[in-house]
Amino acid sequence: MLTKEEVEHIAELARIELTQEETTKYQKDLSSILAYFEQLQEIDTNNVEPIGHITGMTNMYREDREEEFGDLGRKEIMENVPDTKDNFIRVKAVL
Amino acid sequence: MIKKIHEQLKNGEVTSVDLVKGYLGVIKEKDQLLGAFLSVREEQALRTAELVDEKITQGHEIEMLEGIPFAAKDNMNVAGEEVTCASKALEGYKAPYDATVIARLKEMGAVLVGKTNMDEFAMGASTETSAYKKTKNPHDTSRVPGGSSGGSTVAVASGEVVWALGSDTGGSIRQPAGFCGIVGLKPTYGRVSRYGLIAMASSCDQIGPLTNTVEDAAIVLSAISGEDKMDATSAQSPAKDYTKFLTGEMSGVRIGVPRAFVDAEGVDAGIRERFEQAVEKFRGLGARVEDIELPYAKYALPVYYIIIPSEVSSNMARFDGIRFGLSVSGENVTDGYFKTRAAGLGAEVKRRVMLGTYALSAGYYDAYYKKAQKVRSLIRRDFEEAYKKVDLVLTPTSPEVAFPFGSKTEDPLKMYLSDIFTVTANMAGVPAISFPIGTSKDNGVDLPVGGQLMGKWFDEENLLRVADAYERN
Repeated sequence: MLTKEEVEHIAELARIELTQEETTKYQKDLSSILAYFEQLQEIDTNNVEPIGHITGMTNMYREDREEEFGDLGRKEIMENVPDTKDNFIRVKAVL
Repeated sequence: MIKKIHEQLKNGEVTSVDLVKGYLGVIKEKDQLLGAFLSVREEQALRTAELVDEKITQGHEIEMLEGIPFAAKDNMNVAGEEVTCASKALEGYKAPYDATVIARLKEMGAVLVGKTNMDEFAMGASTETSAYKKTKNPHDTSRVPGGSSGGSTVAVASGEVVWALGSDTGGSIRQPAGFCGIVGLKPTYGRVSRYGLIAMASSCDQIGPLTNTVEDAAIVLSAISGEDKMDATSAQSPAKDYTKFLTGEMSGVRIGVPRAFVDAEGVDAGIRERFEQAVEKFRGLGARVEDIELPYAKYALPVYYIIIPSEVSSNMARFDGIRFGLSVSGENVTDGYFKTRAAGLGAEVKRRVMLGTYALSAGYYDAYYKKAQKVRSLIRRDFEEAYKKVDLVLTPTSPEVAFPFGSKTEDPLKMYLSDIFTVTANMAGVPAISFPIGTSKDNGVDLPVGGQLMGKWFDEENLLRVADAYERN
């Protein structure tokens, strides 16, 4: 069983604020799901390569050229921003 | 069904405007109860229909899907229109651009009538995790339609649209199709562009059709597949006319049944019965059905529930309240993230984000994520071996019929088990289709049962041909 502190640490890493009730619930939920994963340990995966891309595609490159987008999409994107000033995204001071 | 409507439009037996009005009428009549739609775009739909009618009047040729109403799951971008993923985190968010599938369908004059309900960010198997509404199974409204593409499925199954788009990461097209008695196709990973599909788990997400018939699925796949420069993972294979392969014949096709996997505990007796009947029907139609081994298939579910949450935790990181979506102010920037995500994301999304964060965190990466990706190699190898002997693999779509609301919401693991047969195709990356194979009684109600065929990578031709021949006979 994951401890309360472990769940709080995971939530901290995931940047999610949890209530006490949620912490208790996720303690139970995550523990039972992690226990379900245990069965994978019975499989010998030595000398098995992990899957990179499922149909085996590798390294797709776009054309190496510059594209001028200008104001394309600016209005549409900025309209979705919760807080703006002078057409910039405004955030609280970071430092 | 699409072909017939197309002929009627071409011959002037019906106009696109009347057709669209008719379907909008069905939505008005039924959707209050069924809850398939999150938004209906009546005006835009009728405007498109008018243009198609003008074109027909002027004697121009029209495309197969032109003038015909369809719906899209609300995780696909339509430029300038709201796209919510059924989450509070995206309420009011307007897509800045069209998803590639939407752009292609718009260009063809297909008529988008609305966006459909789903599990929040496609995380769920019952559409119950939607932050907005319940979608009900038209066969019994006390039961779930399946999920996560529950809204698109119900829209088709109840006649609110002719066809719909869903997305499938672990069964989200096929499982609801099975629960509601229609056809659902998950193409090979990369067959259809994911550009403009809001990501759940990028290594598995795939867009596909929900339709009344296999032929309709072939028509829609022909329209939406093909390489897209905007999606680097889209396959470099040209779009095909998949209807050309529908011969109605399956004589000599080799079908494998992974017996140990199918016979595992937890499959309803009624489903087994329908499944064995389907096997006999395939034999009767000339297929060679044999038992095969997929020794690692039973591990597909635990592998899936490590890989998917890991990718989810990464994809959901963008919902921070800074650039779009719900934003809750905090004492400082970081505090704002915590509060925004606490308020915007639902319980299942949080659960998966945390699970993935744990699986990817220092000290656990090798034990969980890397181990899962290795087992995924073994699952893929299973299929490579199987496809040396058979052309297709047959299983039930789900171990059970549609279940009552609330019966699995308290126990996430129980909900996850609903995906046991479908996730295998996503883990191996192969195409798979769910099609009706009869009904099974549960508590006195006849409920649809789905069969699932899985094909070789990029061999949608055989998959559709055999499923179509089964359906026609």
